[in-house]
Amino acid sequence: MSLRVAVVDYGAGNLVSIEQALLAVGARPALARDGEALREADAVIVPGVGAAAPAMSRLARAGLVDPLLRWIASGRPYLGICLGLQLLFDASDEDGAETFGVLPGRTVRLVDAPTLPHIGWNQVVRRRDHPLFTGIAQGADLYFVHSYAGVPEGTDAERMVLAETDHGARFASVIERGNVLGVQFHPERSAGDGLRLLANFARWATALSAGMGAQWAPVGAGGTGGSD
Amino acid sequence: MLRRRVIPCLDVADGRVVKGTRFVDLVDEGDPPELAARYAAEGADELVFLDITAAPERRGTLLEIVERTARRAFVPLTVGGGVRSVVEMRDVLRAGADKVSLNSAAVADPSLISRCASRFGRQAVVVAIDARRVAVAGGAGAAEPAWEVVVRGGRDATGLDAVEWAQRAADLGAGELLVTSIDRDGTRSGFETDLLRAITSRVSVPVIASGGASEPDDFVRAVRDGGADAVLAASIFHRRIHSIAEVKRVMAAAGLPVRAVA
Repeated sequence: MSLRVAVVDYGAGNLVSIEQALLAVGARPALARDGEALREADAVIVPGVGAAAPAMSRLARAGLVDPLLRWIASGRPYLGICLGLQLLFDASDEDGAETFGVLPGRTVRLVDAPTLPHIGWNQVVRRRDHPLFTGIAQGADLYFVHSYAGVPEGTDAERMVLAETDHGARFASVIERGNVLGVQFHPERSAGDGLRLLANFARWATALSAGMGAQWAPVGAGGTGGSD
Repeated sequence: MLRRRVIPCLDVADGRVVKGTRFVDLVDEGDPPELAARYAAEGADELVFLDITAAPERRGTLLEIVERTARRAFVPLTVGGGVRSVVEMRDVLRAGADKVSLNSAAVADPSLISRCASRFGRQAVVVAIDARRVAVAGGAGAAEPAWEVVVRGGRDATGLDAVEWAQRAADLGAGELLVTSIDRDGTRSGFETDLLRAITSRVSVPVIASGGASEPDDFVRAVRDGGADAVLAASIFHRRIHSIAEVKRVMAAAGLPVRAVA
């Protein structure tokens, strides 16, 4: 039974690549345009590029913000890609938008960057191991395209950073806290290692789901009750 | 460390890859997704499609090949040629492109750059600048090099200074500049590093060098002397004069950071 992945669609550009990359690693992607669409999913991916404020307002219009927050709070697998990672923090300096507030910290402009946006292949250097990196070399090149990155704060800040990347200064390129993963690069555009990482996410999410069994609360509009 | 990118460019007309010196003597070279997948497997860091389809009613063909390419090649794809509105850009991105390059339409209406950047983020907006060298008299009799922006494959002059236009495009929201020397394009006489340097010293966005690639050493010079972040070439890859791997080997040997070919 392959993993059903809801790919959150809020009108932000190219979703063909992420959809096809998930198919290539044996998952079953489905575009999610409202909260109801999360009911059928085993894992959620929030992709996206661009600025936080328009993304938050489009997510709000689609009625997706609360379902996503409940999804994360329920302990189910979440992967944020690029903007989908940045949205996890409290707020973004890019346009002052308040974001999910799931992880303490802010999204800030890259400091000391020789070029901005940071576009291209750069090394992802891990600080600790995680199933997400299985079969991927330390310092592997993955594809980035962004000007801002999340900076975790608080007592857990150090622990949240799974990997870093250097573009003038080091920034967090992979974030983890329990069921929440975020990557600042684009695995769906990062050739073989990107597909490996998505395959690892699918395996990790499957294991996480299996471990949680039937204790999940449904995530639909009612929040409790239901029988999915 | 950020890698310097090597980018093959595919000219596409009516859904087929064509070659020729820009718009004349076109020769059919095959299916774009097929060639794109081959280049991705050979180590291309990104791919660029330049759509030179003459008839607007054939644009649907482009969207179809963009989608087929996005489903086969898991590296970034930029599509340029004929995009004149936010809606057209949206359609190309939805089909599976990561970036769209704007050229004549941005020259005609620079606000297109800012409108596209605010809708899709500046990282999705590449402004392509075709530049031709013009001689202007400098102080004390010295002739300072200068370049003029040209459009329609070099047929129409615009009166815009290429370096000033590059600066303005970046200020308006271009996330990247694709700078082509029309004098060198198709000549295989090397990139115009003076032009590249004049622009890279003025803007902080990444610059892709284009026009004139012949030898792997030209790629080294575009980066080292021109300050380019990425280097684009067409014919030397299509005609298999040099492979992407060979170019990257020479760049690496010159001390430039490149992504290893798997």
